[in-house]
Amino acid sequence: MDELFGIPLPLLFGQLLLGLINGAFYAMLSLGLAVIFGLLNVINFTHGAQFMMGAFAAWMLLNWFGVNYWFALILVPIIIGATGIVLEKLMISRLYKLDHLYGLLLTFGIGLVIEGVFRNEFGSSGLPYRIPPELSGAWDLGFMFMPVYRGWVVVFAAAVCLATWLVIEKTRLGANLRAATENPALVQAFGINVPRMVTLTYGAGVALAALGGVLAAPIYSVNPQMGSNLIIVVFAVVVIGGMGSILGSVITGFGLGIIEGLTKVFYPEASATVIFVIMIIVLLARPAGLFGRTA
Amino acid sequence: MADGMIRAETDALLAVRGLEAWYGESHVLHGVDIDIKPGEVVTLLGRNGAGKTTTLRAIMGLVGKRAGSIRYNGAELISARSDIIARKGIGYCPEERGIFASLDVTENLMLPPVVMPGGLSLDEIYTLFPNLKERARSQGTKLSGGEQQMLAIARILRTGAKLLLLDEPSEGLAPVIVQQIGRMIREIKQRGFTVLLVEQNFRFAQTVADRHYVMEHGRVVDMVKNEELLTSLDRLHEYLGV
Repeated sequence: MDELFGIPLPLLFGQLLLGLINGAFYAMLSLGLAVIFGLLNVINFTHGAQFMMGAFAAWMLLNWFGVNYWFALILVPIIIGATGIVLEKLMISRLYKLDHLYGLLLTFGIGLVIEGVFRNEFGSSGLPYRIPPELSGAWDLGFMFMPVYRGWVVVFAAAVCLATWLVIEKTRLGANLRAATENPALVQAFGINVPRMVTLTYGAGVALAALGGVLAAPIYSVNPQMGSNLIIVVFAVVVIGGMGSILGSVITGFGLGIIEGLTKVFYPEASATVIFVIMIIVLLARPAGLFGRTA
Repeated sequence: MADGMIRAETDALLAVRGLEAWYGESHVLHGVDIDIKPGEVVTLLGRNGAGKTTTLRAIMGLVGKRAGSIRYNGAELISARSDIIARKGIGYCPEERGIFASLDVTENLMLPPVVMPGGLSLDEIYTLFPNLKERARSQGTKLSGGEQQMLAIARILRTGAKLLLLDEPSEGLAPVIVQQIGRMIREIKQRGFTVLLVEQNFRFAQTVADRHYVMEHGRVVDMVKNEELLTSLDRLHEYLGV
């Protein structure tokens, strides 16, 4: 049995794995977007650029300072998260009293500026980032070869999503965050410094994007457009999952990655559009998204 | 009498002077004066729109713009942010109760941080409110109205706040639950808490309070001691239109 519905199994599983990997990135990025949107009510259009900055930061750390992948995995989210904190403090925080549209325009503009600066410095052809030796090679699973690094990406991203979910749903800090998402004024009137929480939450969302960037560096070439290519799909994922829903964005991220992968097998022509078709159907049937609460 | 006035001035835990407040362009409070001594339970009575809720929100720093003076324990709070005000030891229970739907009962209870020592322990709170223990894992908003009100008050008893601002805890509750809330307010008074209570229902207010301020058009227009309440009924009826 090496065929299913007339499709060779290695091809099917290969695309499934690819779908899972894309799904891992969709999930991590939409998770950050969901966390930020929940508390800040800002649709962070800089997210793709911050993902790209994560990949570049990993590349710079390796090539300029000799800092390897494993340390980059820890350092990059901290560094890029800190740039997010500065951005929130200096600019985004001034827009909370205005219409959502201003936050969207500001973050979109900042994203374009960052992308432009990186294109100017590094060109658009892309820089290679080697898979760390500990994760190179492939496992023979019998029906297909599974590159170790790809397996690592899926497992690590799932672990990060799970950890984020646990923090938000099961800890004191997460309870504060959920409460502030519902009624920030009252949470502040209980003595919690909500503006600081908002700043740190933005930083954490950006750190998640940057962590995704580090994970992506050895798979995709490190280039200034890598974020904007991904982010459009990620926004569709967020809309399908339901704005601000944590679990929704994770499940939808992985789920849509797989659907996209399977579409490549069964009807390749639709693989670039299938997510958007699903988005339209979901918006027609459930405007709040699959996991969203109707306001 | 003059002696009593001076004492009220200097001993006041909360002294509000000429408090004005705005929501956007609309000027809601026009100079509110309130004094509360430690351990007192004081109500704000008045019709809808008289500015009672806004007075509590203004003390808490939850209105757009404020002017005047709010001294608590000697510290001026008129320009402080609401989280700083809470940390001085003021607990706030809003009119809509503010129970969080995305938090279970325990999480709702534990949400306000402890701001100073002297609050009730969790065990004491569960003794006072056994229902909350039984329903610890329920979603906060799945509780009955009365239980939600208990929860909203219980969570600020934990924090060590000495002054509690309660906005219409009796609103929309069955008479038997209102009696329960009344017993609870008398109980927390005995434990030394100071309470500023907004009420529409002065029959309920009468069962818990030491004094009553009457508000009209964004000002305090009268003050009635609880023991004088029955002899002042005509006056109150006129203010409250009941």
